[in-house]
Amino acid sequence: MARCGPEASCRWGQTLTFVKRMRFVVVLGAFTIAASCTREGKPEPPREAAAAVLPAPSGPRATATLDAEDGQWAMPMKSYSGIRYSQLTEITPANAKNLVPAWTFSTSVLRGHEEPPIVVNNTMYVLTPYPNILYALDLTLPGAPKKWQYEPKPQSESQGVACCDVVNRGPSFAEGKIVFNTLDDHVVAVDANTGKEVWKTKVGDINMGETMTMAPLVVKGKVLVGNSGGEMGVRGWLKALDLASGKLLWTAYSTGPDSDVKIGSRFKAYYPKDRGKDLGETTWQGEQWKIGGGNVWGWLTYDPQTNLVYYGTANPGPWNPDQRPGDNKWTSTLFARDPDTGEAVWAYQLSPHDLHDYDGVNESLLLDVPWKGQTRKALLHPDRNGYVYLMDRMTGEILSAEPFGYITTSRRVNLTNGSLELAPDKKPEVGKVVREICPASPGTKDWQPSSFSPRTGLAYIPHQNLCEDEEGIEANYIAGTPYVGMNVRMYAGPGGHRGELTAWDPVAGRPAWKLIEKFPVWSGTLVTASDVVFYGTMDGWFKAVDARTGTPLWQYRVGSGIIGQPVTYRGPDGRQYVAVMSGVGGWAGAIVAGGLDAQDSTAALGFAAAMRDLPDATQKGGTLYVFKLP
Amino acid sequence: MSTTTRRTSARRHRVIGASAFVLLSLVSACDREQRRFRENPPSTSPSNVRVSALQPGTMVDTTHVAGPYDNNAWAQSEGQRLFGWYNCAGCHANGGGGMGPPLMDDQWIYGSSPENIYNTIVQGRPNGMPSFAGKIPTPQVWMLVAYVRSLSALNTTGARSSRTDHMMMYPGSSSLQDPAKPQQSFRPPASEMP
Repeated sequence: MARCGPEASCRWGQTLTFVKRMRFVVVLGAFTIAASCTREGKPEPPREAAAAVLPAPSGPRATATLDAEDGQWAMPMKSYSGIRYSQLTEITPANAKNLVPAWTFSTSVLRGHEEPPIVVNNTMYVLTPYPNILYALDLTLPGAPKKWQYEPKPQSESQGVACCDVVNRGPSFAEGKIVFNTLDDHVVAVDANTGKEVWKTKVGDINMGETMTMAPLVVKGKVLVGNSGGEMGVRGWLKALDLASGKLLWTAYSTGPDSDVKIGSRFKAYYPKDRGKDLGETTWQGEQWKIGGGNVWGWLTYDPQTNLVYYGTANPGPWNPDQRPGDNKWTSTLFARDPDTGEAVWAYQLSPHDLHDYDGVNESLLLDVPWKGQTRKALLHPDRNGYVYLMDRMTGEILSAEPFGYITTSRRVNLTNGSLELAPDKKPEVGKVVREICPASPGTKDWQPSSFSPRTGLAYIPHQNLCEDEEGIEANYIAGTPYVGMNVRMYAGPGGHRGELTAWDPVAGRPAWKLIEKFPVWSGTLVTASDVVFYGTMDGWFKAVDARTGTPLWQYRVGSGIIGQPVTYRGPDGRQYVAVMSGVGGWAGAIVAGGLDAQDSTAALGFAAAMRDLPDATQKGGTLYVFKLP
Repeated sequence: MSTTTRRTSARRHRVIGASAFVLLSLVSACDREQRRFRENPPSTSPSNVRVSALQPGTMVDTTHVAGPYDNNAWAQSEGQRLFGWYNCAGCHANGGGGMGPPLMDDQWIYGSSPENIYNTIVQGRPNGMPSFAGKIPTPQVWMLVAYVRSLSALNTTGARSSRTDHMMMYPGSSSLQDPAKPQQSFRPPASEMP
């Protein structure tokens, strides 16, 4: 039984045994009963999240290198380590229930707001989805009035080649400039004080299906950016631009010969499966690597000590795996690169010859982890394929890879040879509907970024609980049009709920607690030094929970579903504020943002089928909300 | 000529007559399946098409072009095939939409008439619909028009088969390979349930 072979069931079983220990089973049991009622057309499960209480681990815990707290939030992840941890402590588990809105700001855009506002020098910068308007708000004046706005005016046609709503994942501040990407493939630097454009560089072509949605990372005077388009047969790349001039410095492709991928003498893969010459070309048929995806639309983190940038590449194209025999390197791969030259130092392919759109673009949090008597410089990567990878970030060795959701597509990650051991009966095929593929294509977790607290030693992973049916169809490559070749329809996974917030213990390799949400948790999380975790739900609740126990502390209903990244900062008045964008959309919310018709189960690449009730729960919107204590 | 021969001949006439009658009634009953052996492909593209229904002042009548394949079942199933072939389905899914808007609802941003849909495909639209001028032959565009209109039942209902060779996508549709009702949520076996 592939879904639960002796090994597979055990992986999930381990988690469950643990969960049982937390009395969580009672909660899940209740949901199970409720879910079975849903099937009979009776009332749906309660939407309230439920918490299981577990003390924070008393044993060795993971930590992270912290920068001095400046009370700002200058890049989407706050710090190079990507942990989204603030050392501000005014808002605590005891007083969070008193949080009230301080002010709000309408963005005039009604598509999915996945971006965080960023805060530098008493100014808040808000970047909208397409048409990518950048607003600067003056935090020193009551109600934070607008200082200026900058409009890059992207080509409107670019909306037609953006796979999963016209989102943007945020701007970054560096050396007096705000840098961001536009949907029509321009990287822009704007003077943070005046709002004047400093430079604007075109790096891609919408006629080839390329768009840009990721947040740039600025490292040592270089702006690192990547493209989107894995559903359009776009070849993935990471480019470095000079922060001062906007000139292109280097390009590292995700596919093709070693010279294009920037694999040279410094490259040393930990596992033999990732070693060899020109694998980015030879693990494909003919020239398929030129249209093979591996885009770089997710998160980049940076370790200044080792001078390495870490990021993952997206799925191979097309989705239909029969049309691209081979391992399809370097798609669904984690890379470590030298930002000065772009050279790859190590790589690990998470999902070779990916079968289900399991991109590898999720964040890699840079942690220090006590491991078998030593402290290892590690990275924590919760992947779409359902496993949380804990890896040595110097070498690419996997320390542990444990499931954080329900998995039927694979049995385990083999720590000896680094292979993902697949369940053979879940391979999609042309002309055959394969059912109960878990996790579904958005994975156990998609782009929505986790946070980590060195105080609790826990990572707060927002994610979904979805399964799907797949049927392969022949995909034709027509430049600038979708190159997918798969009929998909998704539905809720075990338990009937579609979202979870998992507090993950990296050392133990298991959850400390879990919260259940009706809809996928498509927002990022934020954790503070006073042990408060913030996140939002797609039906419009902004929530604060206790970082140690998951106990709900406070919630506030905003205008539209939340898929953005919450941030916190110290205002000019010395008070702590928490801010988040409201505005449902993204792939998960396309049914609302794009007005889709879920009578067709395959709408939005099958996601609409799992979100049929979202239009009843929320409306389109585009508003920034800022909260404080009274 | 012997009597036997005459009788056989008469019987043969009766048989021919009866077959002709059966054949005729079959042909007339199968009118919607009619297919010409030599198709004269529609080569004209519509001109003077209004995208807006708003005209300042008095309404001036617009020449309405009937879709040449609106009632042609074969052309609609060809349209369905081409809808996948030219990656229309990549954006509009099987009518429910995704990167592009849904086509099975009652909202038509750029008009629902055959000439409007023809122009939308050929000219493209500024918010993301690519222009397929010079990429898809005119007769095939008209087949796509017929199929797209059938998605929201704008042309003869029933001209398009409700059966599909693929995954069952719509409520009420049927598929040989996928007969069960779509799942709302997945339940693992009891032994695996938390």
